[in-house]
Order: sequence, then structure tokens, then C-alpha cells
Amino acid sequence: MLPKKTLLATAVIGAMLATAANAETLRWTRSADSLTMDPHSQNEGPTHSVNHQIFDTLLFQDMDVEYQPGLATEWHVKEDEPTVWVFKIREGVTFHEGQSLTADDVVFSINRARHENSDMRGLLTSISEVRAVDDHTVEIETSEPNPLLPNNFTNLFIMSREWAEEHGVEEPQNYAAGEETYAVRNANGTGPFRVESREPDVRTVFVRNDDYWGIDEYPMEISRLVFTPIESASTRVAALLSGEVDFLQETPVQDIERLAEADGIKNEQGPENRTIFLGMDMGSAQLRTADTDDNPFADRRVREAINLAVDANTIQRAVMRGNSQPAGMIAPPFVNGYTEEMDEVPEADVERAQELMEEAGYGDGFRVTLNCPNDRYVNDEQICQAVVSMLARIGITVDLVAQTRSLHFAELAREEYDFYLLGWGVPTMDSEYIFNYLYHTKDGDRGSWNFTGYSDERVDELTVAMGQEIDEEARNEMIAEAWEIVHDEILYIPIHHQMLTWSMRDDIDFKVQSENTPHFKYLQFNQ
Amino acid sequence: MLAFLIQRVLQAIFVMFVVALISFSLFHYVGDPVLNMLGQEATEADRAALRAQLGLDQPVVVQFWNFIVNAAQFEFGISYRSARPVTDLILERLPATLELAILSAIFAVVMGIVLGIYTALRRRSWLANFIMTASLIGVSLPTFLIGVLLIYVFAVELGVLPAFGRGETVRLGDWWTTGLLTASGLRSLILPAITLGLFQLTLIMRLVRAEMLEVLSTDYIKFARARGLSKRVVNLRHALKNTMIPVITIIGLQLGTIIAFAIITETVFQWPGVGALFITAVRFVDVPVMAAYLMMIALVFVVINLVVDLLYYAVDPRLRAQGGGK
Repeated sequence: MLPKKTLLATAVIGAMLATAANAETLRWTRSADSLTMDPHSQNEGPTHSVNHQIFDTLLFQDMDVEYQPGLATEWHVKEDEPTVWVFKIREGVTFHEGQSLTADDVVFSINRARHENSDMRGLLTSISEVRAVDDHTVEIETSEPNPLLPNNFTNLFIMSREWAEEHGVEEPQNYAAGEETYAVRNANGTGPFRVESREPDVRTVFVRNDDYWGIDEYPMEISRLVFTPIESASTRVAALLSGEVDFLQETPVQDIERLAEADGIKNEQGPENRTIFLGMDMGSAQLRTADTDDNPFADRRVREAINLAVDANTIQRAVMRGNSQPAGMIAPPFVNGYTEEMDEVPEADVERAQELMEEAGYGDGFRVTLNCPNDRYVNDEQICQAVVSMLARIGITVDLVAQTRSLHFAELAREEYDFYLLGWGVPTMDSEYIFNYLYHTKDGDRGSWNFTGYSDERVDELTVAMGQEIDEEARNEMIAEAWEIVHDEILYIPIHHQMLTWSMRDDIDFKVQSENTPHFKYLQFNQ
Repeated sequence: MLAFLIQRVLQAIFVMFVVALISFSLFHYVGDPVLNMLGQEATEADRAALRAQLGLDQPVVVQFWNFIVNAAQFEFGISYRSARPVTDLILERLPATLELAILSAIFAVVMGIVLGIYTALRRRSWLANFIMTASLIGVSLPTFLIGVLLIYVFAVELGVLPAFGRGETVRLGDWWTTGLLTASGLRSLILPAITLGLFQLTLIMRLVRAEMLEVLSTDYIKFARARGLSKRVVNLRHALKNTMIPVITIIGLQLGTIIAFAIITETVFQWPGVGALFITAVRFVDVPVMAAYLMMIALVFVVINLVVDLLYYAVDPRLRAQGGGK
């Protein structure tokens, strides 16, 4: 940036300070726009990020991913009724268009998110009934005791029943309907910002909600928030360097260093709620792409050899330029059930790996195809290339197939892969979510992302039990036991926890939130 | 005349049908849209239900037939990504693309003709040689690289022009938005227009230069000079007139190319046009949007070619002679 520009900017900011104590605009960019303003239609990161500015949830995860009261002031399991959760609803809250918030709106919103058109309903399957006890108390009944129910509400936005009925949007958008509903481009929430204007994929402008219930509780220093998604990584970075935007969410790895050195710009980093790992089909009698007539992955010694050969520390250094945290388990540090011992990265040991291969009868190695996405995770294809060369050292010839996310996940879901790369985040911040999707036997609604063919009765039993155990201590013991079993079996080869980088003007005080959801009500300007 | 017209229109319809068939069969290789539309907590039953809702579980032939019937009525369903009608999306984005394309075309034509004439008339000057060399570079650099370089120089280093977007736009009528009426809108147009027009500029320049050199060596130019007409009159009236006939044809045909090529420029500059819409759609497997875009581009080319053919028919008597009429 030119000094002349800096002077000008300072002058402008100075002038603004003189007129209003906190009339500050923040221009925000990231790669993707929100898909829709309908709060229950999509379950997708960028969509939630925008909706969190407009709407509130019963509880939310603050910038340290700690649970904080939102529209609910307190919540607890009802005495003597372990299947009922009670939520006390905040009083004196109004929607942007003036309607008062009551328990009825909360009941309506939860039920709307349970509707078959809603992509949020997967998180709410345990609920059997939602009812308003009085104007500010909601009871939610589940079919079985569910200790984790509140954790599923951090992206469940509350809208006004009256408003929804007025505009005919009592149900989320249905794709087959062939027309758009009012809620796709209009929103009426209780959140810290109102929508001033929205052009999808171009620009969305928010203004501070001066009647916000938390106006004195949070800094709320931004008076105007302008969101312009920019798909091309180099253009996004250029826009920050040229001063056209102030805050860049998800800085591309290749630009982190450059932005760190740029004048007037700083990076904020933190762990992201996503772990990258390799999966293997160990259940099939014969692999699809291997040159063996059996399944080498079914042998634990082969899996251990791969675990020893894949060197997460080298990947961190050479592929990620230091911007990752090598992992030993598929759970980021802030998830309940995480332990440092489990997350310990095994020391790479090619000799020992070779021995194990020989013991397993694959001394001459074998050939297999590794499937990777090339546009889903940070440097995903490069990680796979590194794995290819690391496994070559123990005689495993890997053919790499890297393709776009939509193909990768479609083929993965059709169970066509022997060996694949996947990333996993834990929105509920609890291990139960990981076991439910990645470790439980693939069966009906459970184990839907377990493509390893692994099936263990005890793990299944524990997974179901930890989803229903109210007693915290007993629950944590189950979680620990389950982790022991799967860790010992080496079902997956963990590589690293992704790091998240946000870049911003250096007078902005804002830390990285591991869910990659910026709550702009927390952002402060250092004057 | 009528027979010729009918024949050409039938050919155009056939071309559109083939494009529809090709684009439709491509979509079976771009992945599963349902996986992008549902989050990771969705079950197999949820996915099957959505597939049925979208008619993706029907036989391919049935899906194709429905697609053709709807496309013929400019009906492309709703976008899988944003749940909005595709026709609205495209109409919303079209002004940005057309404005950029037309401005690029004007830039390419004006500069191309001026530089073409100059390099033809001053063949041996160092400036003409420099322009010719520079044009080679312009032709060989990929569009996205030109865009990135321009952003780097003018937005990041000099800070004089915006790196992305359209700036402030003004709404005209029901669906047209323009950036031509605001300062920031005009400034936003400069870099993308240069990026998109550079290749066409060099093409037109070289064509004008070659034609001009050829015309200048013809007998009637020599004769005109011999009559003592001034240099300017000879060059700009007699020579240029004859130079322009093939150039105009090329310019007409290039307009379609500019609209189609806008994809890359729009992606680099986050220009909210139909090209950027298409790229976003590809990433999300937003089949209705992809299909509509491909059909639209095909239609642009078919219409331009049809018009050019009919113009030739009107201009060139030899074509009509075969008709056997009066």
C-alpha cells in the first residue's frame, strides 16, 4: 500500500471518528456466497456464516467455540424426565420488523427445521415433540434421552411465525416447486445486523441492529457490514492488498506469508474444526483396484505399516508450509473426548513399516488406487501426491486419481473406493458425532460416512449408548473406551487438523473462530 | 429466398438439438448434484427422496425429453444452488456480461483498426515494429494471466483501479442494470474490458494491417496517387474502404466469441455476469444453470451465423442465381 493511501485512509477514519463515535464500515470477503437467506433450507458453512449475522440461535459458539446463551437464557434436562429438555427463552427480544419473540416462534422454527424440505433435519432426528409451555418456556421431548441435544442448536436460527405466515414461507424451499419463495431473498431475524440489500453472489449489505438485545453485551462496533464474495483466490487477496476489503475469511495457504509481510495487514490463525485423514476399505474380500486377489487392508499390519510410512510432519512442513497440526486422531483439540496421547503422531519409521509388510506377506508390496478431491480441502491433491511418494518407499505403488469434489463424493458415496482422502468436522463438539458417522457399522442412518467396511459390535453399542447417556462421567468413559478400540485397530490414517487463517487490516481486533463462523458483533477496531 | 431461409432455420434448429444432446450427456459425468445439496448428516433415504423430487431417478431418455420440451419454452427449472428460477438468474446477470462484451468489442475494434492502419502505413518505423512484437505477446498470454497482471499493477501496486466487481450500478427499467452511469462503475469496467478485448484487438489489428498492405499495392491506389490526390485521401478513403469489407465480417463473428470467452475474465474479476454464474454452477453441479448457459451460448452463435449468412445472401447476387428464380 502506498503511504499516500494510508494517510488518506487515516484522514477519512479520523473524520469519521469526529462525526460519530462508532460509525465503522467493515468490508468482508470470502470465496463463496450464502446459498439462501432461508434459515432452514441449507446446512452449509457460508450460508450459516451469513445467517448468524441476521438471525440468532438458542445458543451459539463464541469466538473461542464455547457455548453461550443466545435467545435461550438457560437450558436443562427436566427433573425426573430424562427425555425432556427445557429452554428458557430470553424476554424483551424483538425481530427486525418489530414482532416480539415468544416461545411460539421457537417452536415454529424448530418444527420448520424438522420439515422434510429442510437440510437441517438430520441434526434433529431424535426430537419427537416441541411444545411451548408458556410465553418464554419451550420443552423439547426426544424419543430417547439425548444429552447432546443443545449442541445441535448452534445453527438453528429462530424466525418469526407471524412473518413466515404473512409471506407464505411456513415451509422451507422445495426444489421441485420450480419457483423461489420469499424467504430466499428476504430475512427477518433478531440478530445483530439487519439486511439492507442483497444481490446474490455479488454484494450483501448489513446495517447494525441498534435494538439488538445484546447491544451492551457485545462490542457491536461495526455499523455497516458489506459482504462481497470473490471466487478467485488471487483476486480475493489482491482486493485485501489494494484496500478494497478489510477482512478476508479463509486466506489461501500460498498467500499467508505474503500477507504477513504486507504493510497494514495481519493474519490471525487458529485450529479449524476439521481433520484430514485417509480411509481404507478393509471389509471387501478383494480390492477393486489392487493387483492382489485378496485385501491387504484387511490386515492390521499393513494398516500399521501405512500409518508409519505416511509422515504427517513432513506433510506439514513440505505441503502445508507449517499451516497445519499433524494429527493422531480424527477429532480436533476442542472436541469432547479428545486426548493428547491419542493425538500423538507416530514417528515415521520406514524400516519398521517394511518389516510389517513382510510379516503380512506383502514384502513385494502391491498396487492400489488412491482417490482424492482436488478442490475441497486445503492442498488436498498435494497431500495425496506426498502420500504416493511416501508409500512407494514401502513397496506400495499408488495410482492417484484426483478430481473435483462433486465427483469424488459421489463415487465415495457409491462405495467405489479402496483408498481415499476425506476431511471431517464435528459440529456438535462431541465424539459421539464422529463415531456415529465414521465408525459405526454402515447401517441405515448410522455409519453413513463409514466406507471402510469396518464393523465392531462393541463400538456400535458404545456409539448408541453415548448418544443417550445423561450421566456425564459414565458417558465420557464410554467415549474413552470407544476411542481405545478404534485407535488400536488403525481404521483410518489421520494426517492433520486443518489450520484456519483469516487476514485483516491490522487495526482490527478479531480472532479466528474454529467453526469458521465470524460473529461480527465481537469485532473491535483498535484506535 | 424463402426456401433458403427455411433451410437455414432448420439447420439452426438441428444444431441446437445436437448441443442440447451433448450438454445433457455431459451432465452425467459431472457428479451428483444431490450430494452438494444435502449436508453431511443427510441419510441415503433423504438423498433418494430428493433425487425423486428432481426427477433424477427417471430413465435418461425421459429426463432428456423433459429437458428439450422445457428448453423449447425457455423453461430451465430452478437452480439447485440458490433455489431461484434459472431464467431469472440469467436475465439478472446478462446486462453485466453484455455491457462488458460490447465495451470490449468497441475497444478491440477501434484500437485494432487504428493500430492496424498505423502499422500498415508506417511499416518500417520502430513504433510499428514494437506494436507488432507486443501484439505477439498479447496473443500468446492466457487471458487469466493478463487479468491477474493488470490487477497486480493497477489495483495492488498503483491502487488506481478496482480489482473486482462492478462498482455501483444503476437500475434501468425492469431488468437492466448498468455500470456506465457511475464513476466507480466506469472504473470497474476498464481492466476487465482490456483483458477480454486484448486478444480480439491483436486479431483485428493484424487483419487490418494485412488487408491494407494488400490494397495499397493494387493498381487503382497507384492510379489514385498518380492523379495527385493527397496521401490522406488515398489512404483513408480509397484504401480503407476496401480494407473494411472482410474486417466487418470477422468482427460480427467475433462478437459471439467475446461473449463466450467472458467466462475467464469474469472469473478473474468477480464480474457478476453469466460466465461467472456458469463457473459457480459447474463447481456445484448446478445442472439447470449449466444447461441453460450452454443453450444460450449456442443460440448466440447460431443466430449470429444465420444473420451473417442472410446478409451475404442479400449482398451477393451469385448466391441467389442458384435459386433459379427470377
